[in-house]
Amino acid sequence: MKKLTVSASPHAHSSETTTGIMLDVIISLLPAAIVSVFYFGLHAFAVLATSIVSCVLFEYISRKIMKRSNTVGDLSAVVTGIILAFNLPSTLPLWMVVIGSFIAIVIVKQMFGGIGQNFVNPAITARIILMSSFPLAMSTWTQPLVTRTGEAVTTASPLASLAGITKEADMVLALENANLPSLKDMFLGLRPGSMGEVCAAALLIGFVYLLIRRVISPIIPLTFIGTVAVFMLIAGKGNLEFVVYQLLSGGLLLGAIFMATDYTTSPINKKGKIIFGIGCGLITSVIRVFGLLPEGVSFSIILMNILVPHIENLTTPKPFGSVKEKKSKEGTAA
Amino acid sequence: MAEKKSLGKEFTKGLVAENPVLRLVLGTCPTLAVSTSVSSAIGMGLAATIVLICSNIVISALRKVIPSKVRIPAYIVVIASFVTIIQLIVKAFVPALDSALGVYLPLIVVNCIILGRAEAFASKNAVLASAVDGLGMGVGFTAALFLMATVREVLGAGTFMVGINDLLSVFSDTTFNGFTIPFLSENPMIIFVLAPGGFFVFGIMIALSNMLAEKKGKKRAELRGCEACPMASTCSMNGSCEEKDKEVSE
Repeated sequence: MKKLTVSASPHAHSSETTTGIMLDVIISLLPAAIVSVFYFGLHAFAVLATSIVSCVLFEYISRKIMKRSNTVGDLSAVVTGIILAFNLPSTLPLWMVVIGSFIAIVIVKQMFGGIGQNFVNPAITARIILMSSFPLAMSTWTQPLVTRTGEAVTTASPLASLAGITKEADMVLALENANLPSLKDMFLGLRPGSMGEVCAAALLIGFVYLLIRRVISPIIPLTFIGTVAVFMLIAGKGNLEFVVYQLLSGGLLLGAIFMATDYTTSPINKKGKIIFGIGCGLITSVIRVFGLLPEGVSFSIILMNILVPHIENLTTPKPFGSVKEKKSKEGTAA
Repeated sequence: MAEKKSLGKEFTKGLVAENPVLRLVLGTCPTLAVSTSVSSAIGMGLAATIVLICSNIVISALRKVIPSKVRIPAYIVVIASFVTIIQLIVKAFVPALDSALGVYLPLIVVNCIILGRAEAFASKNAVLASAVDGLGMGVGFTAALFLMATVREVLGAGTFMVGINDLLSVFSDTTFNGFTIPFLSENPMIIFVLAPGGFFVFGIMIALSNMLAEKKGKKRAELRGCEACPMASTCSMNGSCEEKDKEVSE
């Protein structure tokens, strides 16, 4: 007679694996990657390739040195590499990209224990450190499609121009005079900016793919973008064009869809996600409208990342049927 | 300190095993503020070392005269007089260093390394041992500052020891004034001379020195007694807290 053996729970398994999820994220990033290489030319491809290769290499080497099981196969380093490249201007010298990968993978991710252990988003931290290390190289934007012919034309990003507009009294007039790209160009990404953030259309395609595959929940991106929209509606005194401009410019879509939703550094349950999204949106808007810097998405995400443990504490759901504990209070009193 | 150690040990413990900055995490404020350039780090280290040795000698010599209830004010008076002397000397002979260190030079008065050594060591040990202890701690402080400043200046400004001439010209008439590193000086990582870079370097160096000390066979919690305690300078329990800790844990 055969023995009936029962393995330990859980008995119902999902076929989801880390590698599978990361593969989905990579697929969702592909449209924006293709568009950015098409817009910004060969050097953009070089930045992208350098970032991915160096991230994977750093992951492999640091796991080897720390004598831990190798996690290169889960593709998370590839995702970090792509997102890091998306956060950089296409003209950045390649050695700076390598420094960025080093910060992201070795310092932020592996020193804290590897995948699932980092307390802030690796790519964003790398971007912020590069930004404060090489402010000039990190804010040299070029017009898309122009660089492909070889001559780089550096221009101010639309967001930098917008930052000035919020401070002007007659905003409608200022919007017309500021010589900004048209809304259609903003949507298609024909504007200066970081490699991956320019093309809103490509990012939205990736967003829809992630939603269909149920890789991310829409709560964080929607509350994040929604908060910015509401804030800008008030700041812009009801000017809708200004609001749309704010939503399409800078790294808002890239940050809200791909970086704020990072599993490791965002809250688990619904309430926490809503708090997280609103917090990100508020900090972003405050920096954009009142701050010295034109862009605040990366800072808002890193600040909220740090708050995540506290958000989780506040939003831990009550187990079914549990009653408010009174015993513990009596216990300490006695 | 019940057991007697040799003078050599009193000196070397300040270098790595009980390095004031990296192992005891004392004197953090001047460390982070001054370590942006190697020359000011050396200047700060030297000034603090001289004050440390002198104050240790005087406090150790007076240890039987100072009433224990007012010992902290007494220490401060002793330390402050030496700091004033050093400050006047620096102002007179190395004015450039004085302006580079700014408020951190007079702040040596409340530097917790110096106050900590006075309370934890000089007030309980003989004069010679206290002097050697001060020298060891001072050298350890200077070495830690030098290492941190090297990393921060090389990566953050692309130079090494620039401005050292102000310090050297007091002793000899060299024209040596540091190096400029070709590639790094054109592309400095500015973050390293800013506050966040200081904290990064500080954290990584503490981790490395812990690793070094642990490799030598000493576990992390091996440091015992008042020297290991950051509150030693303000504490009046004179080591009796350790027995309390034992009672609690048992």
